[in-house]
Amino acid sequence: MINKTDNNRAWLLVVPVVVLVAFSAIIPLMTVVNYSVQDIFDPQTRIFVGTEWFREALLDERLHGALGRQVLFSLMVLLIEVPLGIAIALCLPRRGPWVSFCLILLALPMLVPFNVVGTIWQIFARADIGLGGWLMTELGFDYNYTASPLDAWLTVLVMDVWHWTSLIVLLCYAGLLSIPGAYYQAAQIDGASRWAIFRYIQLPKLTNVLVIGVLLRFMDSFMIYAEPFVLTGGGPGNATTFLSQQLTTLAVGQFDLGPAAAFSLIYFLIILLICWLFYTAITHLSTR
Amino acid sequence: MFDWMAWTPVTAGFFGGIAVLLVGMAGLEVVWPTRERKGLLPIPTTRGDRLFIGLLSSAFVHLGWIALADSPVYIATILCAIWVAILLRWA
Amino acid sequence: MQESGFKKRYILLGLYLLAVMLPLYWLLNMSFKTNQEILSGLTFFPQTFTLDNYRLIFTDAAWYSGYINSIIYVVMNTAISLAVALPAAYAFSRYRFLGDRHLFFWLLSNRMAPPAVFLLPFVQLYSSVGLFDTHLAVALAHCLFNVPLAVWILEGFMSGVPKEIDETAYLDGYTWPRFFTTIFMPLIKTGIGVTAFFCFMFSWIELLLARTLTTVEAKPIAAIMTRTVSASGIDWGVLAAAGVLTIIPGALVIWFVRKHIAKGFALGRL
Repeated sequence: MINKTDNNRAWLLVVPVVVLVAFSAIIPLMTVVNYSVQDIFDPQTRIFVGTEWFREALLDERLHGALGRQVLFSLMVLLIEVPLGIAIALCLPRRGPWVSFCLILLALPMLVPFNVVGTIWQIFARADIGLGGWLMTELGFDYNYTASPLDAWLTVLVMDVWHWTSLIVLLCYAGLLSIPGAYYQAAQIDGASRWAIFRYIQLPKLTNVLVIGVLLRFMDSFMIYAEPFVLTGGGPGNATTFLSQQLTTLAVGQFDLGPAAAFSLIYFLIILLICWLFYTAITHLSTR
Repeated sequence: MFDWMAWTPVTAGFFGGIAVLLVGMAGLEVVWPTRERKGLLPIPTTRGDRLFIGLLSSAFVHLGWIALADSPVYIATILCAIWVAILLRWA
Repeated sequence: MQESGFKKRYILLGLYLLAVMLPLYWLLNMSFKTNQEILSGLTFFPQTFTLDNYRLIFTDAAWYSGYINSIIYVVMNTAISLAVALPAAYAFSRYRFLGDRHLFFWLLSNRMAPPAVFLLPFVQLYSSVGLFDTHLAVALAHCLFNVPLAVWILEGFMSGVPKEIDETAYLDGYTWPRFFTTIFMPLIKTGIGVTAFFCFMFSWIELLLARTLTTVEAKPIAAIMTRTVSASGIDWGVLAAAGVLTIIPGALVIWFVRKHIAKGFALGRL
């Protein structure tokens, strides 16, 4: 940790960032707040309705459903991606000609645009023209993501795991590389088991990068939009309608400005709370 | 130019209040710098942290109030003001 | 580590890589097939190898302009993000100032906020400043999540550079801008590369904002891909070819940063 000096002139260096982000964050946020307390017919005709939209949104069954699915989905994503990511990172060779090759292959899915991920799996998981769907059918599963909510749900989950586990792998791999070889030699002399090496040498080194990985993965899975949208449009029924999709339907599809704005603010407050919990945890981890 | 933002007196007042709070806190910080301390909350906090925690929890209290209670919202606002004051003083 | 563990580890790794590559292979495979072949049954290799799907994309301006638009706004966004994030990250890594921690949290919260929340007013905001349907609008909108991320990553790398270097440079009579560009930036070039990679990545793969903020002039490829869904069904071959082409710029970027992937992903926080 660097010993920082007090200097309020450092603000000058931060001003461009603040101006740029404020333009795209604060003005829209203010507008959303304004929308959320009014019934807007057109720019001239608008009526102040107070907390009406908030009440409506809070008691809305669809929002509860979307929120429940969202939380479950994000937790599942973390539960699968983090252990899998660590396991794969441990499997990667530390040096040699294959390292670059493996890393490039691993990084490839991350650069695929969200909707193309949806497209890839839309094709891949179809029983008639896709390898994945065909395999599932051959193995005797009655698999059809357009008809069965469970299948659609699992497909979105597998899609996310396919897309983002690599991020955890690469973060962890970078963490593992920074462990000096002497540590392993010492452990070997002590006759430490594979598990003991992982628990007491590797895992502590991974904590820092894992916190970043968990934060990014949790937040990004919490705003998942394009993948289920492309795959089934949130269906079948509303099995894969998560928060962002529900909100976009309300805002762009039905153009209900007021209710959509109230929904946005509730969504934003939830994110703000989770983000603050993570941030506090990170800063306390690093000062300890 | 700002027509599309659909301002209302209430929201203008709300953001004005937030702006005053921010400027006030910054000014206070110059005159009377805060020190991290540990109070009611399980983590050490500065004055700014306590204000933020207070405001964020107040937002959720308001949401809960709107969803569950039939009484007017200003009662929740008064309760939250007391809560923020307690946090600022003793947390 | 133990020699006996080698085999099992590589089998697991191989299986995982295979699973990662299969969907991509399938996409590539389909892009070389005719629609007739795709719909008539499952084939593991294109029976009648065709480049027609790609030919269609490269000759139709409505298609290839999508790629050009996407690349323009992604490059603009990466440049803007780096330009403003570098000094800010330096300030956060070197100095304590009024409200620094809260400011950092506020920035980070914007990285985490779902674009869907800001969707409603964005159209009006960018229309009111006359930027709607321009590349700059998308580039600026993507700054919302890329600038905080860039500050966060760069701050980690900069904290790894000892402060003595700054102090020595100032004693030698360097001004801040000269020190920053000639001494400091070369020191953290891995960090800059990794940050650029992340900015490129998140801007390239984003769909919701890019699609909403554009109509004709700056329409990204991701939005154009929905065109393949027509009344007569989905044109699978062209869709697959378009998908393959969206992966290529990403693959190129990975190729350029391949040396830094291993170390750089620690984001300077070890």
